Amino acid sequence: MTSFTPNEMMTIAASRALKNDDVCFVGIGAPSAACNVARLTHAPDITLIYESGTIGTAPDVLPLSIGDGELCDTAVTTVSVPEMFRYWLQGGRISIGFLGAAQLDRFGNINTTVIGDYAHPKTRLPGGGGAPEIATSSREIYITMAQSKRGMVEKIDFYTSFGHGGGGDHRKRLGIDTAGPTLLITDLAIWKPDPETKEFTVVSLHPGATREMVQETCGWVVKFSPTLEETPAPSDLELATLRDLKARTDAAHKRDTSAAKRGSKDG
Amino acid sequence: MAKFLPLAQAVAENLRDGDKVAFEGFTHLIPTAAAHEAIRQGFRNLVLIRMTPDLIYDQMVGMGMARKLVFSYAGNPGVGLLRRVRDAVENGFPNALEIEEHSHAAMANAYEAGAAGLPCAVFRGYRGAELAKVNPSIKPITCPFTGEQLAAVPAVRPDVTFIHAQKANRRGDVLVEGIIGIQKEAVLAAKRAVVTVEEVVEDFDSLHPNLTVLPRWTISAISVVPGGSHPSYAHGYYARDNAAYLEWDEIAADRDRFRAWMEENVMRATPEDFAARVEGLRAGASIRSAA
Repeated sequence: MTSFTPNEMMTIAASRALKNDDVCFVGIGAPSAACNVARLTHAPDITLIYESGTIGTAPDVLPLSIGDGELCDTAVTTVSVPEMFRYWLQGGRISIGFLGAAQLDRFGNINTTVIGDYAHPKTRLPGGGGAPEIATSSREIYITMAQSKRGMVEKIDFYTSFGHGGGGDHRKRLGIDTAGPTLLITDLAIWKPDPETKEFTVVSLHPGATREMVQETCGWVVKFSPTLEETPAPSDLELATLRDLKARTDAAHKRDTSAAKRGSKDG
Repeated sequence: MAKFLPLAQAVAENLRDGDKVAFEGFTHLIPTAAAHEAIRQGFRNLVLIRMTPDLIYDQMVGMGMARKLVFSYAGNPGVGLLRRVRDAVENGFPNALEIEEHSHAAMANAYEAGAAGLPCAVFRGYRGAELAKVNPSIKPITCPFTGEQLAAVPAVRPDVTFIHAQKANRRGDVLVEGIIGIQKEAVLAAKRAVVTVEEVVEDFDSLHPNLTVLPRWTISAISVVPGGSHPSYAHGYYARDNAAYLEWDEIAADRDRFRAWMEENVMRATPEDFAARVEGLRAGASIRSAA
């Protein structure tokens, strides 16, 4: 079997969670890689939507921003930003919102706003962008992030995007009728929320990962499912698809390499 | 009614110290040349409004032109943080910066309300999110028909909006295509609007009328600046200079290097310099369904 990195395993495990009939609101970074690997392997008809307004896009390389020209070029349609957020997201047409996080807690609450106090932050992060409403208006939320004690914390500094709040039926009590975070994919494991408490629980360890490794890179006491499984290793096709995509992307984002090649199809 | 003016004059006639100003563009068609002209003219005390502040607001904040930033995502997309904005927020350098922070949905709705002449926007947002606790301009409102709790934010109404677009016709109507972002709403919400364009064509007779066109009477001034959105892109004209976004992360990380870069590339540059910057990117332009 070909060897692979934990990061590649994370992206491929995330891609497997996506279905052909999903309508997915895609975040930049690992979510974007996972969504496009899904599209290039088992889910060719998946609808990928980026918040710049591109609906049903099929980029040949991963975009650096949510509005690269290739996204518009390959989309079924491109709409204005107000329409994107009003009709498509708030209108309830998104099945999966795919988010990353700077800080995450055990209930899938996400912080991408500040580290420290909001008024006097230790680190000012970019902020929420589309995420606060993606988290509550998409029918389900998938989260992906590399594990670290700094990222997976007991208590996040700021609620940018609401997950399950304090757990249990907290979403329902706030009048939110979508499912919220239903899946967390890290570089070591697959996690799902406990049906009652909504606390993320490890249901599958990636090949080579141990319970100890998961606990050492997580800021809360980790719960493991009694029916803990091992995530199937990436297939040759999955790995080749991801690596080709990354190679095309790296070439395209360096000056002087991409432009002429990509332009040729526009004739 | 749109007047065709050189960029320096268009900026001088429409922007004032203390204005609420939007330089809009959602990753595409960012009005960089107009922003650089504003930096050269040295405006002060501005309230900068934009969904995705991006490089040009990092530059304006770093040059000490802003007293307040209204935004929903202050990052360098796909690269990281805006380091000059961060220095202003964390350290008050070069001056303290007030921030009014929203989500994209809120800003999009607020611009739309501004364009529609409404005092506020109502939408289903901020549920469980803490921005509503730290930003007093986000208020709860109850639907009078269903009783549902919704969020309200004040309409965005800039004194002046700057955008970049693909083309104007001789009469001054402006065409925007590709990722159209929030530009139409930002123009219609503002008291004055200045548009830089890649080129002027005779008329739009051969274009389909469903394309996004801003009629000339919605625009104050038009300046022709080929390449004027670099390092962003103009669909059909030149590709996004992703390498420049990656480089900016290093330039903006250091106060002295930032100043030196601004001196060379903005203070001592002209709008005419933009055409050469996009020359190597023209082959990669996205041209949708070129007939």
